[in-house]
Amino acid sequence: MPGILVYAEVQKGEIKKGAFEITSKAKALGGQVSACIIGKGVEGLASQLAKYGADKIYVVDGPEFEKYSTEPFVQALAQVAGMVNPSIIFTSASAQGKDLTPALAARLKVGSISDCVDLTLNGDKVAAKRPIYAGKAYTMVEATGNPQVVSVRPNSFAVVEAAGAGAVEKVAATLDASKIKAVVKSVEIAASEEPDQTEAEIIVSGGRGMKGPENFKMLEDLAHVFGPTATTGASRAAVDAGWRDHSYQVGQTGKTVSPNLYVAAGISGAIQHLAGMGTSKVIVAINKDPEAPIFTKADYGIVDDLFKVLPKLTEEVKKIKG
Amino acid sequence: MNTVVCLKQVPDTETLIKINAEGTGIVTEGVKWVMSPYDEFAVEEALRQKEKAGAGSVTLVSLGPDRVIEAIRTALAMGADTAVHVNDPAFAAKADPYATATVLAAAIKDATYDAIFCGKQAMDDDAGQVASILGELLGLPVVTMVTKLEVSADKKTATVTREVEGGQAIIDVPLPAVLTAQKGLNEPRYASLPGIMKAKKKPVTVKTAADLGVSVEPMTIIKSMTLPPARQAGKKIEGDDSDAKAVALAKALHEEAKLI
Amino acid sequence: MDFEITQEQKMLVETAGDFAKNEFAPVAQELDRKEEYPMDIWKKASELGLIGAWIPEEYGGAGVGFFGNALITEQFAKIDLGISLIVAGTFGCEAIYWGGTEEQKKKYLPLVAQGKAISAGAFTEPDAGTDVAGARTRAVKDGNDYVINGSKMFITNGNVCKFMIALAITNPENEKKYSKHSLIIVESDRPGVTINKIHGKMGVRASNTSDISFEDVRVPRENLVGAKEGLGFYQAMQFFDTTRIMVSAQGVGLAQGALDKSIEYVKERKAFGAPIASFQITQQKIAEMAIRIEAARNLVYKSAHYLDKGEVDPILNAITKYYAGETAVFCANYAVELHGGYGYIDEYDVQRYYRDAKILQIYEGTKEAEVLTIARRLLA
Repeated sequence: MPGILVYAEVQKGEIKKGAFEITSKAKALGGQVSACIIGKGVEGLASQLAKYGADKIYVVDGPEFEKYSTEPFVQALAQVAGMVNPSIIFTSASAQGKDLTPALAARLKVGSISDCVDLTLNGDKVAAKRPIYAGKAYTMVEATGNPQVVSVRPNSFAVVEAAGAGAVEKVAATLDASKIKAVVKSVEIAASEEPDQTEAEIIVSGGRGMKGPENFKMLEDLAHVFGPTATTGASRAAVDAGWRDHSYQVGQTGKTVSPNLYVAAGISGAIQHLAGMGTSKVIVAINKDPEAPIFTKADYGIVDDLFKVLPKLTEEVKKIKG
Repeated sequence: MNTVVCLKQVPDTETLIKINAEGTGIVTEGVKWVMSPYDEFAVEEALRQKEKAGAGSVTLVSLGPDRVIEAIRTALAMGADTAVHVNDPAFAAKADPYATATVLAAAIKDATYDAIFCGKQAMDDDAGQVASILGELLGLPVVTMVTKLEVSADKKTATVTREVEGGQAIIDVPLPAVLTAQKGLNEPRYASLPGIMKAKKKPVTVKTAADLGVSVEPMTIIKSMTLPPARQAGKKIEGDDSDAKAVALAKALHEEAKLI
Repeated sequence: MDFEITQEQKMLVETAGDFAKNEFAPVAQELDRKEEYPMDIWKKASELGLIGAWIPEEYGGAGVGFFGNALITEQFAKIDLGISLIVAGTFGCEAIYWGGTEEQKKKYLPLVAQGKAISAGAFTEPDAGTDVAGARTRAVKDGNDYVINGSKMFITNGNVCKFMIALAITNPENEKKYSKHSLIIVESDRPGVTINKIHGKMGVRASNTSDISFEDVRVPRENLVGAKEGLGFYQAMQFFDTTRIMVSAQGVGLAQGALDKSIEYVKERKAFGAPIASFQITQQKIAEMAIRIEAARNLVYKSAHYLDKGEVDPILNAITKYYAGETAVFCANYAVELHGGYGYIDEYDVQRYYRDAKILQIYEGTKEAEVLTIARRLLA
């Protein structure tokens, strides 16, 4: 059975859900599950990982890890990997994970498999399924190096409670300062409590049919009543028109997402957009054009004026939510 | 300001991807090949930095078969100065991210540069790894997902804004560094007609594995390729009354899909 | 014979195609509705060298020849014919290129090639269209000036041009009908020039079309194209032999755009449980469109190729223009039919293509005039 090391990302003082997902998956695959958390004042969070199967939790805690910065995190995680000597390392393909994972793998002189949505194990060898062309196709990939470094797309695996031994070990990171060249001066996070699109469970997205930036409030209202796991998104047309920041863009030149529910309002469904959200579990399309390609992918379609449908939908969801 | 830009040629994003009969790759027949869109941001940034500095050169480096020359010429027509085209069948089946970065590093190592620009990921395999590995191999700091770049007058340091979850981070980085371009960094220019006419006279050096003195083995192996299961259109919620349709949708999401 | 286009021409096609897709498509519907000239897009295209690309480098152009210009035109017209007429921002200057003095070429061609001016060709009159030699506008010598009186009709770029190339009678006494006229460059801000925009065109509504009147308009004699009187009719014919091919390229582009949109639509649209692309009657239409487009395109490329070699064949040009216009109208019509009811509303582009296409059988020589040219020359 392989030893698996899970990197558990901490954001805003909390371990991210994606970390629990990959811990659960590691546990399900069998073998020894180690986890690593890095940050400042994160020691108290460590035990949470035991609940999902971590047998051992390495904690790298210190002021130098207050803000995420590639090099110190790579060094710390590589140090832990050296202690664990795992055959597999899982990270989450979050915004941070996408920066950290290839750098970590390169430091360990191996390749990595990015953004996997499914995994199987043959003995010690991982076979990972990952989307390419923003989801227009999938590949099954194996890694030849040791360890096998795999980043996993959030929402790909369920969080399952399964207790692990949960021994916590503090690790004093020995950083090679000469390699730390880039310095993070400041981080500006918008006040919004919305999750990132790649990790949200519900995305309410708008396109050209929204007619202008002022109308995105309607989408925010709907996302708000869906709850804290919901956020808003936008099509390329809406972003290119300047109505929405690029960080909201879903599709081939934006984010590839797979939420449980994707609501497409006034989005016609260009091939690049469909690729980026095609793995959503349930898709709702609201568009006044019955020929819009989005309807060919939608589980529920409403051909109507979104300006009439959305407010009522928001009201109804609110009622159901009580 | 001297810069190197790593380019990849990929199928146009409008391409309907089909898998070959063996399940080992895509059907390339009829595919329109273009410069990977994030690489366009990288080329544009290199050109802007050169223009801002008032001097310097932009060198393109690309790995791929003969057709890649088209993407190279496009970038030259945009204004890049020279190019290295690494073209060797020996690399063809082995060019995973690690191998690609190894080859690019070999092609770049003797160049003089203040920065290396890459797209944040290639719009085909979406791996987003090459730049990070390249930085490691060349011993350079890497900043990914760059949306803004200010280079100091002496070209020794840069202040970089990168996209992070829910916001942005401001980073000081010494140059040379590897920087990956995220959408929003700039608006790539079109190749102008005079640029197109000039491009054919710009030097493109073709290099083989032997020229570079590298051999590579992939670290990741693609075992098979498949299309996603076709998604069937579900049901249309019909009716004349908008409110009634909204109510029916909420009900379906609650009772059938159990999402509320 | 060589049917390969060069790598530069391929890149030219890509640049022009990307430009049109990115810049025209998002505003085409709106500009059509508002009858608004796309000045910003013209400016941007000029900066890229896409306007006046046919003009040789020595006069400030990109020097891609009329063949290259036809490629640009085709790519533009594929997205929107109205906006594509920015490529005619050099309209009239073809006559300066063919018949102007060296000084005139040096003075005027760089202006239109470098985005400093739009030009117009003022030939048609309220009572004289196809009958070019029937133009009655008069230019009378007065000292070192000409004094022009008369009126012009359906003038492309009238309100947006800085100067126009006007056809006027300078030698009424000449017995030969075809030796009475001259071409004269008239700046649009000269006193006595009145330009009115024509509203309510059926198609190409983003283009500017005007009627113009000249009342005692004074221009210096150096504005006489070619510095020689009495050549106007022949210069105009040579001019039309050039622009006729460009208009034919518009036809190919529009037809291709109509086909592209139709293919996209018939693959998506379902009827009786299957995409309508699977029905033979749909396939027939798609194939027929493709057949005609390919034939028309080959005519355009051949005509443009000979034009660049300086070998103008009026019969070939007339055949090209006739067939390209027919093809555009034919394909736009089929495109609307394939779109059914949706093809009839302005949310869908094909109705605009349908309205735009008709002009291609009218301007730069009506289809009837082309037929006359072909038949007369064959039977002469």
